[in-house]
Amino acid sequence: MIAKHPKKLLVVIAEAAIEKALVQEALRLGAHGYTVSDVRGAGTSGAREGSWEADRTVEIKIVCDAEVADAIAETALARFGAHYGLTMFFSDVQVLRPEKF
Amino acid sequence: MIDVVVYFFLLGLVARLVKSDLRLPEALYETLSIYLLLAIGLKGGIELSRQPLAALAPQVAATMALGFAIPFALFPLLRRLRLPAVDAAAIAAHYGSVSVVTFAVATATLARQGIPYESHAALWVAVMEAPGIVAGILLARRALRGEGQRTDWGGLAHDVLFGKSVLLLAGGLVIGAVAGEAGTAPIKAVFVDPFRGVLALFLLELGLVAGGRLGELRRFGPAVLVVGFGVPPLLALAGALVGRALGLTTGGIALLATLAASASYIAAPTAMRIAVPQANAALSIALSLGITFPFNIIVGIPLYLRLAQELSP
Repeated sequence: MIAKHPKKLLVVIAEAAIEKALVQEALRLGAHGYTVSDVRGAGTSGAREGSWEADRTVEIKIVCDAEVADAIAETALARFGAHYGLTMFFSDVQVLRPEKF
Repeated sequence: MIDVVVYFFLLGLVARLVKSDLRLPEALYETLSIYLLLAIGLKGGIELSRQPLAALAPQVAATMALGFAIPFALFPLLRRLRLPAVDAAAIAAHYGSVSVVTFAVATATLARQGIPYESHAALWVAVMEAPGIVAGILLARRALRGEGQRTDWGGLAHDVLFGKSVLLLAGGLVIGAVAGEAGTAPIKAVFVDPFRGVLALFLLELGLVAGGRLGELRRFGPAVLVVGFGVPPLLALAGALVGRALGLTTGGIALLATLAASASYIAAPTAMRIAVPQANAALSIALSLGITFPFNIIVGIPLYLRLAQELSP
Protein backbone atom coordinates (compact mmCIF):
# COMPACT_ATOMS: atom_id res chain seq x y z
CA MET A 1 0.00 0.00 0.00
CA ILE A 2 1.29 3.44 -0.91
CA ALA A 3 2.46 5.62 1.99
CA LYS A 4 0.09 8.45 2.91
CA HIS A 5 0.76 11.39 5.17
CA PRO A 6 -1.80 13.36 7.20
CA LYS A 7 -2.27 17.08 6.46
CA LYS A 8 -4.99 19.69 6.97
CA LEU A 9 -7.15 21.08 4.21
CA LEU A 10 -8.28 24.63 4.98
CA VAL A 11 -11.04 25.93 2.72
CA VAL A 12 -11.63 29.69 2.76
CA ILE A 13 -14.68 31.10 0.97
CA ALA A 14 -14.51 34.88 0.75
CA GLU A 15 -15.34 37.97 -1.28
CA ALA A 16 -13.04 38.22 -4.27
CA ALA A 17 -12.00 41.70 -3.08
CA ILE A 18 -9.83 40.15 -0.37
CA GLU A 19 -8.43 37.25 -2.40
CA LYS A 20 -5.07 38.91 -2.90
CA ALA A 21 -4.69 39.78 0.78
CA LEU A 22 -5.76 36.28 1.92
CA VAL A 23 -3.31 34.56 -0.39
CA GLN A 24 -0.50 36.87 0.76
CA GLU A 25 -1.25 36.07 4.41
CA ALA A 26 -1.41 32.33 3.71
CA LEU A 27 1.98 32.30 1.99
CA ARG A 28 3.48 34.52 4.68
CA LEU A 29 2.25 32.15 7.39
CA GLY A 30 3.82 29.11 5.80
CA ALA A 31 1.46 27.71 3.17
CA HIS A 32 3.38 26.33 0.18
CA GLY A 33 0.58 26.60 -2.32
CA TYR A 34 -3.11 27.27 -2.83
CA THR A 35 -5.92 26.70 -5.33
CA VAL A 36 -8.55 29.33 -6.10
CA SER A 37 -11.88 28.87 -7.85
CA ASP A 38 -14.75 31.24 -8.58
CA VAL A 39 -17.91 30.22 -6.78
CA ARG A 40 -21.34 31.61 -6.02
CA GLY A 41 -23.79 31.12 -3.22
CA ALA A 42 -25.57 32.71 -0.30
CA GLY A 43 -25.20 32.98 3.44
CA THR A 44 -25.48 35.37 6.33
CA SER A 45 -24.01 38.17 4.21
CA GLY A 46 -26.65 37.74 1.51
CA ALA A 47 -26.67 36.13 -1.93
CA ARG A 48 -23.60 36.56 -4.09
CA GLU A 49 -24.11 35.52 -7.68
CA GLY A 50 -20.78 36.45 -9.17
CA SER A 51 -22.49 38.11 -12.11
CA TRP A 52 -20.21 41.16 -12.09
CA GLU A 53 -17.03 42.53 -10.53
CA ALA A 54 -18.20 43.52 -7.07
CA ASP A 55 -20.33 40.39 -6.68
CA ARG A 56 -17.61 37.77 -6.99
CA THR A 57 -16.75 35.12 -4.45
CA VAL A 58 -13.71 32.86 -4.39
CA GLU A 59 -12.94 29.56 -2.72
CA ILE A 60 -9.32 29.16 -1.67
CA LYS A 61 -8.09 25.66 -0.84
CA ILE A 62 -4.89 25.32 1.15
CA VAL A 63 -3.32 22.00 2.11
CA CYS A 64 -0.77 22.48 4.91
CA ASP A 65 0.30 21.50 8.41
CA ALA A 66 -2.26 21.84 11.18
CA GLU A 67 -0.41 24.73 12.86
CA VAL A 68 -0.15 26.67 9.61
CA ALA A 69 -3.85 26.17 8.90
CA ASP A 70 -4.69 27.44 12.37
CA ALA A 71 -2.48 30.49 11.97
CA ILE A 72 -4.01 31.36 8.58
CA ALA A 73 -7.55 30.95 9.86
CA GLU A 74 -6.84 33.00 12.97
CA THR A 75 -5.28 35.84 10.99
CA ALA A 76 -8.04 35.82 8.37
CA LEU A 77 -10.70 35.94 11.04
CA ALA A 78 -9.01 38.81 12.89
CA ARG A 79 -8.35 40.87 9.77
CA PHE A 80 -11.46 40.22 7.70
CA GLY A 81 -14.03 38.48 9.90
CA ALA A 82 -15.84 41.59 11.03
CA HIS A 83 -16.62 43.24 7.71
CA TYR A 84 -16.35 40.74 4.89
CA GLY A 85 -18.24 37.65 3.83
CA LEU A 86 -15.93 34.90 5.10
CA THR A 87 -16.42 31.17 5.67
CA MET A 88 -13.70 28.75 6.69
CA PHE A 89 -13.58 25.07 7.49
CA PHE A 90 -10.95 22.41 8.08
CA SER A 91 -10.73 18.78 7.18
CA ASP A 92 -8.20 16.02 7.53
CA VAL A 93 -6.68 14.89 4.30
CA GLN A 94 -3.92 12.53 3.28
CA VAL A 95 -1.23 13.39 0.77
CA LEU A 96 1.42 11.38 -1.01
CA ARG A 97 4.29 13.85 -1.01
CA PRO A 98 4.29 15.71 2.34
CA GLU A 99 7.24 17.95 1.44
CA LYS A 100 5.02 19.70 -1.13
CA PHE A 101 2.77 21.12 1.59
CA MET B 1 -36.65 59.55 -27.32
CA ILE B 2 -35.29 56.41 -25.65
CA ASP B 3 -32.36 54.88 -27.51
CA VAL B 4 -32.92 51.33 -28.74
CA VAL B 5 -30.11 49.94 -26.56
CA VAL B 6 -32.04 50.95 -23.45
CA TYR B 7 -34.83 48.52 -24.37
CA PHE B 8 -32.33 45.69 -23.93
CA PHE B 9 -31.69 46.89 -20.41
CA LEU B 10 -35.44 46.85 -19.75
CA LEU B 11 -35.64 43.33 -21.19
CA GLY B 12 -32.95 42.18 -18.75
CA LEU B 13 -34.78 43.89 -15.90
CA VAL B 14 -38.06 42.19 -16.82
CA ALA B 15 -36.34 38.80 -17.23
CA ARG B 16 -35.03 39.16 -13.70
CA LEU B 17 -38.33 40.32 -12.23
CA VAL B 18 -40.24 37.36 -13.71
CA LYS B 19 -37.49 35.05 -12.42
CA SER B 20 -36.48 33.84 -15.87
CA ASP B 21 -33.61 31.36 -16.03
CA LEU B 22 -31.79 33.70 -18.44
CA ARG B 23 -28.22 34.12 -17.28
CA LEU B 24 -25.38 35.39 -19.43
CA PRO B 25 -22.14 33.51 -18.83
CA GLU B 26 -19.71 35.50 -16.72
CA ALA B 27 -17.05 35.12 -19.38
CA LEU B 28 -19.30 36.94 -21.84
CA TYR B 29 -19.92 39.78 -19.38
CA GLU B 30 -16.17 40.08 -18.95
CA THR B 31 -15.55 39.99 -22.72
CA LEU B 32 -18.21 42.58 -23.47
CA SER B 33 -16.96 44.96 -20.80
CA ILE B 34 -13.38 44.68 -22.09
CA TYR B 35 -14.64 45.35 -25.61
CA LEU B 36 -16.65 48.41 -24.58
CA LEU B 37 -13.80 49.96 -22.60
CA LEU B 38 -11.31 49.45 -25.44
CA ALA B 39 -13.72 50.66 -28.11
CA ILE B 40 -14.59 53.82 -26.15
CA GLY B 41 -10.90 54.51 -25.52
CA LEU B 42 -9.95 53.94 -29.17
CA LYS B 43 -12.64 56.28 -30.43
CA GLY B 44 -11.43 59.03 -28.13
CA GLY B 45 -7.81 58.30 -28.99
CA ILE B 46 -8.32 58.71 -32.72
CA GLU B 47 -9.68 62.17 -32.04
CA LEU B 48 -6.75 62.95 -29.76
CA SER B 49 -4.36 62.25 -32.63
CA ARG B 50 -5.85 65.22 -34.45
CA GLN B 51 -5.32 67.90 -31.84
CA PRO B 52 -2.58 69.38 -29.68
CA LEU B 53 -2.64 67.72 -26.28
CA ALA B 54 -1.73 70.90 -24.39
CA ALA B 55 -5.03 72.47 -25.45
CA LEU B 56 -6.86 69.76 -23.51
CA ALA B 57 -5.12 70.44 -20.20
CA PRO B 58 -7.87 72.75 -18.84
CA GLN B 59 -10.52 70.10 -19.62
CA VAL B 60 -8.53 67.37 -17.92
CA ALA B 61 -7.92 69.54 -14.85
CA ALA B 62 -11.56 70.66 -14.63
CA THR B 63 -13.08 67.19 -15.05
CA MET B 64 -10.71 65.72 -12.46
CA ALA B 65 -11.54 68.54 -10.05
CA LEU B 66 -15.25 67.94 -10.64
CA GLY B 67 -14.87 64.22 -9.84
CA PHE B 68 -12.91 65.07 -6.70
CA ALA B 69 -15.34 67.75 -5.53
CA ILE B 70 -18.56 65.72 -5.95
CA PRO B 71 -18.05 63.48 -2.87
CA PHE B 72 -17.26 66.48 -0.66
CA ALA B 73 -20.43 68.24 -1.79
CA LEU B 74 -22.53 65.10 -1.45
CA PHE B 75 -21.28 63.96 1.94
CA PRO B 76 -23.07 66.57 4.13
CA LEU B 77 -26.25 66.01 2.15
CA LEU B 78 -26.11 62.24 2.77
CA ARG B 79 -25.34 62.81 6.45
CA ARG B 80 -28.43 64.99 6.71
CA LEU B 81 -30.45 61.97 5.53
CA ARG B 82 -29.12 60.21 8.64
CA LEU B 83 -26.85 57.85 6.77
CA PRO B 84 -23.89 56.63 8.85
CA ALA B 85 -20.67 58.52 8.04
CA VAL B 86 -18.82 55.57 6.48
CA ASP B 87 -21.80 54.69 4.30
CA ALA B 88 -22.17 58.33 3.24
CA ALA B 89 -18.48 58.41 2.31
CA ALA B 90 -18.73 55.20 0.29
CA ILE B 91 -21.86 56.37 -1.54
CA ALA B 92 -20.19 59.73 -2.23
CA ALA B 93 -17.23 57.91 -3.77
CA HIS B 94 -19.54 55.97 -6.11
CA TYR B 95 -21.09 59.21 -7.37
CA GLY B 96 -17.73 60.96 -7.61
CA SER B 97 -16.45 58.21 -9.87
CA VAL B 98 -18.18 57.52 -13.19
CA SER B 99 -20.10 54.84 -15.07
CA VAL B 100 -18.59 54.10 -18.46
CA VAL B 101 -21.73 52.40 -19.74
CA THR B 102 -23.92 55.39 -18.85
CA PHE B 103 -21.46 57.48 -20.87
CA ALA B 104 -21.69 55.01 -23.76
CA VAL B 105 -25.50 55.22 -23.79
CA ALA B 106 -25.26 59.03 -23.79
CA THR B 107 -22.90 59.01 -26.81
CA ALA B 108 -25.24 56.59 -28.60
CA THR B 109 -28.16 58.96 -27.93
CA LEU B 110 -26.21 61.97 -29.22
CA ALA B 111 -25.07 60.09 -32.32
CA ARG B 112 -28.58 58.98 -33.14
CA GLN B 113 -29.90 62.53 -32.86
CA GLY B 114 -27.01 63.88 -34.90
CA ILE B 115 -25.76 66.13 -32.12
CA PRO B 116 -22.00 66.66 -32.36
CA TYR B 117 -19.79 66.35 -29.29
CA GLU B 118 -16.09 66.37 -28.46
CA SER B 119 -14.97 63.00 -29.79
CA HIS B 120 -12.13 62.85 -27.29
CA ALA B 121 -14.71 62.77 -24.46
CA ALA B 122 -13.44 59.31 -23.50
CA LEU B 123 -10.47 61.14 -22.04
CA TRP B 124 -12.77 62.77 -19.47
CA VAL B 125 -14.10 59.34 -18.52
CA ALA B 126 -10.60 57.97 -18.00
CA VAL B 127 -9.49 60.83 -15.77
CA MET B 128 -12.76 61.02 -13.81
CA GLU B 129 -12.66 57.44 -12.61
CA ALA B 130 -10.13 57.80 -9.78
CA PRO B 131 -10.50 61.28 -8.13
CA GLY B 132 -13.95 60.55 -6.68
CA ILE B 133 -12.71 57.32 -5.14
CA VAL B 134 -9.78 59.12 -3.49
CA ALA B 135 -12.14 61.79 -2.14
CA GLY B 136 -14.50 59.12 -0.76
CA ILE B 137 -11.65 57.35 1.01
CA LEU B 138 -10.49 60.66 2.55
CA LEU B 139 -14.02 61.30 3.81
CA ALA B 140 -14.25 57.80 5.25
CA ARG B 141 -10.91 58.18 6.98
CA ARG B 142 -12.04 61.40 8.57
CA ALA B 143 -15.18 59.63 9.79
CA LEU B 144 -13.18 56.72 11.19
CA ARG B 145 -10.56 58.89 12.83
CA GLY B 146 -9.42 57.33 16.08
CA GLU B 147 -9.99 53.77 14.96
CA GLY B 148 -6.34 53.64 13.95
CA GLN B 149 -7.11 52.22 10.52
CA ARG B 150 -4.42 52.77 7.93
CA THR B 151 -5.07 53.06 4.24
CA ASP B 152 -2.68 51.26 1.91
CA TRP B 153 -2.58 54.11 -0.64
CA GLY B 154 0.07 52.41 -2.75
CA GLY B 155 -1.93 49.21 -3.12
CA LEU B 156 -5.12 51.16 -3.80
CA ALA B 157 -3.50 53.38 -6.41
CA HIS B 158 -2.27 50.24 -8.13
CA ASP B 159 -5.72 48.62 -8.05
CA VAL B 160 -7.53 51.71 -9.37
CA LEU B 161 -5.02 52.99 -11.93
CA PHE B 162 -4.13 49.55 -13.26
CA GLY B 163 -7.59 48.08 -12.75
CA LYS B 164 -9.26 47.04 -15.96
CA SER B 165 -11.45 50.11 -16.51
CA VAL B 166 -8.74 52.77 -16.36
CA LEU B 167 -6.13 50.53 -17.98
CA LEU B 168 -8.29 49.66 -20.99
CA LEU B 169 -9.73 53.15 -21.44
CA ALA B 170 -6.30 54.76 -21.21
CA GLY B 171 -4.75 51.98 -23.32
CA GLY B 172 -7.40 52.47 -26.02
CA LEU B 173 -6.84 56.24 -25.92
CA VAL B 174 -3.10 55.81 -26.39
CA ILE B 175 -3.43 53.22 -29.16
CA GLY B 176 -5.98 55.39 -30.95
CA ALA B 177 -3.82 58.51 -30.56
CA VAL B 178 -0.66 56.77 -31.78
CA ALA B 179 -2.24 54.86 -34.65
CA GLY B 180 -4.61 57.63 -35.74
CA GLU B 181 -7.51 57.33 -38.14
CA ALA B 182 -5.58 55.53 -40.87
CA GLY B 183 -3.80 53.18 -38.50
CA THR B 184 -6.99 52.03 -36.82
CA ALA B 185 -8.89 51.57 -40.10
CA PRO B 186 -8.13 47.81 -40.27
CA ILE B 187 -9.75 47.15 -36.87
CA LYS B 188 -12.69 49.48 -37.44
CA ALA B 189 -14.93 46.57 -38.45
CA VAL B 190 -14.54 45.11 -34.94
CA PHE B 191 -14.17 48.12 -32.67
CA VAL B 192 -16.32 50.80 -34.27
CA ASP B 193 -19.14 49.39 -36.37
CA PRO B 194 -20.59 46.76 -33.98
CA PHE B 195 -20.30 49.06 -30.95
CA ARG B 196 -23.97 49.69 -30.42
CA GLY B 197 -24.92 46.04 -30.86
CA VAL B 198 -22.40 45.03 -28.22
CA LEU B 199 -23.62 47.82 -25.95
CA ALA B 200 -27.17 46.44 -26.32
CA LEU B 201 -26.02 42.96 -25.31
CA PHE B 202 -24.10 44.36 -22.36
CA LEU B 203 -27.15 46.31 -21.22
CA LEU B 204 -29.20 43.11 -21.31
CA GLU B 205 -26.75 41.65 -18.81
CA LEU B 206 -26.76 44.81 -16.70
CA GLY B 207 -30.57 44.70 -16.65
CA LEU B 208 -30.34 41.23 -15.13
CA VAL B 209 -27.83 42.42 -12.54
CA ALA B 210 -29.74 45.61 -11.69
CA GLY B 211 -32.99 43.65 -11.40
CA GLY B 212 -31.33 41.51 -8.77
CA ARG B 213 -30.56 44.62 -6.72
CA LEU B 214 -34.13 45.93 -6.72
CA GLY B 215 -35.24 43.48 -4.06
CA GLU B 216 -32.68 44.92 -1.68
CA LEU B 217 -34.02 48.45 -1.99
CA ARG B 218 -36.91 47.70 0.33
CA ARG B 219 -34.41 46.90 3.06
CA PHE B 220 -32.87 50.35 3.03
CA GLY B 221 -35.95 52.57 3.26
CA PRO B 222 -36.95 55.85 1.64
CA ALA B 223 -33.64 57.68 2.12
CA VAL B 224 -32.21 55.48 -0.62
CA LEU B 225 -34.89 56.55 -3.09
CA VAL B 226 -34.29 60.23 -2.27
CA VAL B 227 -30.57 59.79 -2.97
CA GLY B 228 -30.89 57.50 -5.99
CA PHE B 229 -33.36 59.70 -7.86
CA GLY B 230 -32.52 63.11 -6.38
CA VAL B 231 -28.74 63.21 -6.55
CA PRO B 232 -28.15 62.54 -10.29
CA PRO B 233 -30.03 65.64 -11.57
CA LEU B 234 -28.22 67.86 -9.05
CA LEU B 235 -24.83 66.50 -10.10
CA ALA B 236 -25.82 66.78 -13.76
CA LEU B 237 -26.45 70.48 -13.24
CA ALA B 238 -22.98 70.87 -11.69
CA GLY B 239 -21.43 68.93 -14.58
CA ALA B 240 -23.31 70.98 -17.16
CA LEU B 241 -22.15 74.24 -15.59
CA VAL B 242 -18.53 73.06 -15.63
CA GLY B 243 -18.99 72.03 -19.28
CA ARG B 244 -20.37 75.43 -20.14
CA ALA B 245 -17.51 77.19 -18.35
CA LEU B 246 -15.09 75.09 -20.41
CA GLY B 247 -16.82 76.23 -23.58
CA LEU B 248 -17.86 72.74 -24.67
CA THR B 249 -20.35 72.02 -27.45
CA THR B 250 -23.96 71.24 -26.53
CA GLY B 251 -23.21 67.53 -26.91
CA GLY B 252 -20.12 67.92 -24.75
CA ILE B 253 -22.07 69.68 -22.01
CA ALA B 254 -24.65 66.88 -22.07
CA LEU B 255 -21.88 64.27 -21.80
CA LEU B 256 -20.15 65.99 -18.89
CA ALA B 257 -23.53 66.38 -17.15
CA THR B 258 -24.12 62.65 -17.67
CA LEU B 259 -20.68 61.76 -16.32
CA ALA B 260 -21.20 63.92 -13.23
CA ALA B 261 -24.62 62.35 -12.65
CA SER B 262 -23.44 58.77 -13.14
CA ALA B 263 -22.31 56.47 -10.35
CA SER B 264 -19.55 53.91 -10.66
CA TYR B 265 -20.36 50.24 -10.20
CA ILE B 266 -17.05 48.67 -11.23
CA ALA B 267 -14.03 50.60 -9.92
CA ALA B 268 -15.61 52.29 -6.89
CA PRO B 269 -17.23 49.23 -5.26
CA THR B 270 -14.01 47.24 -5.50
CA ALA B 271 -11.81 50.06 -4.20
CA MET B 272 -14.19 51.02 -1.38
CA ARG B 273 -14.60 47.40 -0.31
CA ILE B 274 -10.86 47.19 0.27
CA ALA B 275 -10.28 50.69 1.65
CA VAL B 276 -13.42 51.05 3.78
CA PRO B 277 -14.64 47.57 4.74
CA GLN B 278 -16.97 49.00 7.40
CA ALA B 279 -19.18 50.63 4.78
CA ASN B 280 -22.32 48.81 3.68
CA ALA B 281 -21.40 47.69 0.17
CA ALA B 282 -24.90 46.43 -0.66
CA LEU B 283 -26.30 49.92 0.01
CA SER B 284 -23.88 51.67 -2.38
CA ILE B 285 -24.50 49.09 -5.09
CA ALA B 286 -28.27 49.19 -4.69
CA LEU B 287 -28.04 52.95 -5.21
CA SER B 288 -25.60 53.08 -8.10
CA LEU B 289 -26.77 50.04 -10.04
CA GLY B 290 -30.34 49.56 -8.77
CA ILE B 291 -31.60 53.15 -9.02
CA THR B 292 -29.19 55.68 -10.47
CA PHE B 293 -28.04 53.67 -13.48
CA PRO B 294 -31.58 52.87 -14.74
CA PHE B 295 -32.71 56.41 -13.90
CA ASN B 296 -29.87 57.94 -15.87
CA ILE B 297 -30.21 55.86 -19.01
CA ILE B 298 -34.02 56.02 -19.17
CA VAL B 299 -34.91 59.48 -17.85
CA GLY B 300 -31.64 61.24 -17.08
CA ILE B 301 -29.85 61.38 -20.41
CA PRO B 302 -32.74 62.97 -22.36
CA LEU B 303 -33.16 65.40 -19.45
CA TYR B 304 -29.45 66.32 -19.36
CA LEU B 305 -29.50 66.85 -23.11
CA ARG B 306 -32.36 69.32 -22.68
CA LEU B 307 -30.41 71.01 -19.90
CA ALA B 308 -27.36 71.27 -22.17
CA GLN B 309 -29.47 72.81 -24.92
CA GLU B 310 -30.84 75.38 -22.46
CA LEU B 311 -27.37 76.23 -21.16
CA SER B 312 -25.59 76.40 -24.50
CA PRO B 313 -24.77 79.90 -25.61
